[in-house]
Amino acid sequence: MTGPILAVTGCGLPLPGNNIDTDQIIESRYLKLTSFQGMETHVFESLRQMARTAGATPHPFDDPRYKEASVLVVGRNFGCGSSREHAPQALYRYGIRAIIGQSFGEIFVGNCLSIGLPCVEVAAKDEAKLQDLCREFPTQCITVDIAKGVIFAGQRQFSAALEEGRKQRLVSGSWDSLNVLLDAAEHTRTKLQELPVINPIKTGTT
Amino acid sequence: MARTLYQKVFDLHVVREVADNQYQLAVDLHLVNEVSSPQAFDELRERGLPLAAPHRTFACADHSISTGGDVRKFDDLLCEAQVQLLGRNTQENEVTYFDPMKGLHGIIHVVAPEQGLTQPGMVIACGDSHTSTHGAFGTIAFGIGTSQVRDVLASQSLIAEKLKTRRIAVEGKLPSGVFAKDVALHIIHRLGAKGGLGYAYEFCGTTISGFSMDERMTLCNMAVEGGARCGYVNPDETTLVYLRNRPYAPGAATWEQAAARWLSFASDPEAYWDDEVVFHAEDIRPMVTWGTSPDQSVPVDEPLPDLAQAGEEIDGWRAAMDFMGAASGQSVMGIPIDIAFIGSCTNGRLSDLEAVADFLRQSDRRVASGVRALIVPGSRNVREAAIAQGLDRLFADRGFEMRDAGCSLCCGMNADKLVGLQVCASSSNRNFRGRQGSPMGRTYLMSPVMVAAAALAGKITDGRMPEPGSGGHK
Repeated sequence: MTGPILAVTGCGLPLPGNNIDTDQIIESRYLKLTSFQGMETHVFESLRQMARTAGATPHPFDDPRYKEASVLVVGRNFGCGSSREHAPQALYRYGIRAIIGQSFGEIFVGNCLSIGLPCVEVAAKDEAKLQDLCREFPTQCITVDIAKGVIFAGQRQFSAALEEGRKQRLVSGSWDSLNVLLDAAEHTRTKLQELPVINPIKTGTT
Repeated sequence: MARTLYQKVFDLHVVREVADNQYQLAVDLHLVNEVSSPQAFDELRERGLPLAAPHRTFACADHSISTGGDVRKFDDLLCEAQVQLLGRNTQENEVTYFDPMKGLHGIIHVVAPEQGLTQPGMVIACGDSHTSTHGAFGTIAFGIGTSQVRDVLASQSLIAEKLKTRRIAVEGKLPSGVFAKDVALHIIHRLGAKGGLGYAYEFCGTTISGFSMDERMTLCNMAVEGGARCGYVNPDETTLVYLRNRPYAPGAATWEQAAARWLSFASDPEAYWDDEVVFHAEDIRPMVTWGTSPDQSVPVDEPLPDLAQAGEEIDGWRAAMDFMGAASGQSVMGIPIDIAFIGSCTNGRLSDLEAVADFLRQSDRRVASGVRALIVPGSRNVREAAIAQGLDRLFADRGFEMRDAGCSLCCGMNADKLVGLQVCASSSNRNFRGRQGSPMGRTYLMSPVMVAAAALAGKITDGRMPEPGSGGHK
């Protein structure tokens, strides 16, 4: 996918809890795969399996009520830990198109932005309300309006924070970074020439 | 205008601003591993793009490599394929590869500094969050995902946000038996696992300036566990001494010029930091994590905190205690362990192995029965240096298994992993659920010496205290 992302609309998927790290989203054994294809089948695998084994409430990713959901609602520091892009890739390929949370791991947010998956921040009380709303009305459409910085859910509105620069990149389509970077290739080359070379005698001889 | 190291190095590398606080930054050094690069190389091939700067790109296989010293192929065919692919990708693109077949391998965050690749004033990117390690040399070094690995391969630049800076001063002399790892865990305990979001951490103060480069690397390595994208220490004489005569460091002809340039990156005394915090070394004790986040820790001789202290983290604390079978008021001392792991990019350097050896020499005790104790050097060089000192014999005599270099039990990608409900005393950096390869395995983070103490006792113990019948400290 490429192009501007102004807003995302879809049903909500409530995932309570804080500090959900990328190891939980995708376990390291799937990092041995050399393609992102099919990564979605392993999203939250252990936690889902444990919920199934325990016979308790299904994990939200297995709950039939949220089968069509594309807007994930999470707590604090979601996606902390390992820089594995496998985590956002798995969520995206699963069908998630926006994430609403109190806060996010820094590298995770950057990785999400790189693949056009917006992460927006809401206040703690709004996160709780959105979690409740998703559970009570699973078919309720939620719109994350990136440009306006607002989340619309039925009659309700919540303010969504997104750093200005990240917002600009989503709205302009420049989240898709490689072409942007290559546009300034000449300028980068000049800049690199100003920086010290790494001992050229050794380079390539190892 | 007075500036911090972060500001100086950042400004020096800006190609242009692409959006509000989003900058295209030139990258001096790109470190590549087998895990986060395959899809990036694929995309370059698909788009027909060449590597922008192969001579600034260096690769290591570390995550999925076997540490069993086995002859290739690895038993795990997925690992084998991934490592082979890195060999092919680096060869096709003329990238320097520290080839395991030539015995040059190790964890990239151990190998690059050892080789003198990591130099003050650089912007360093790598598809691994513990890239923050390289900040020990006064660099801006941070982890990136695969899309950004692609960006750096194709353009030798990436889009980065300018972070705020927090000056973290640690003053005074550390008590005996307290290490850089404890300083890191102490800081994360106080500031929280997400306390560093939006920040670069500058570590300074007399404790840090007295640290060796290895200790600085341990500290900066853990900056990311405190939520900071990167951490750094200002370059000084210790940095210069470490770098001199390293294979990739500048030679004699350009050394003086390089050294002067490097030192000029240090933060100006009048610079502005967005936040400043001071810690006192004498307050720091050996730390042990009790939960599933690196900030859930206690000094070894203190009981687990009361849930009432959890504040907004109450649910997280409850879940962590539940998972770890822990309770408020309980002591971490006495928790039985199955596995002891000494290694990782946090604590797999020669000085870590030497500290463990010094500790072992204080008594004649062996690893407790029922405990498997692994020592995994961070690189082949570390392993060979340890062997040259005879540490391999000491470790073997005491029941420790010294393995070949790699990430090993830190991330559970090769055959070294926890099984079932196993409990691990670990010198690594993350105690996340499932991190060490078993969804139900439990990880207690601590310093290498504390891990060694736990290995001997068969349970978590205070490494500062002589055990009964141990012959005591020297």
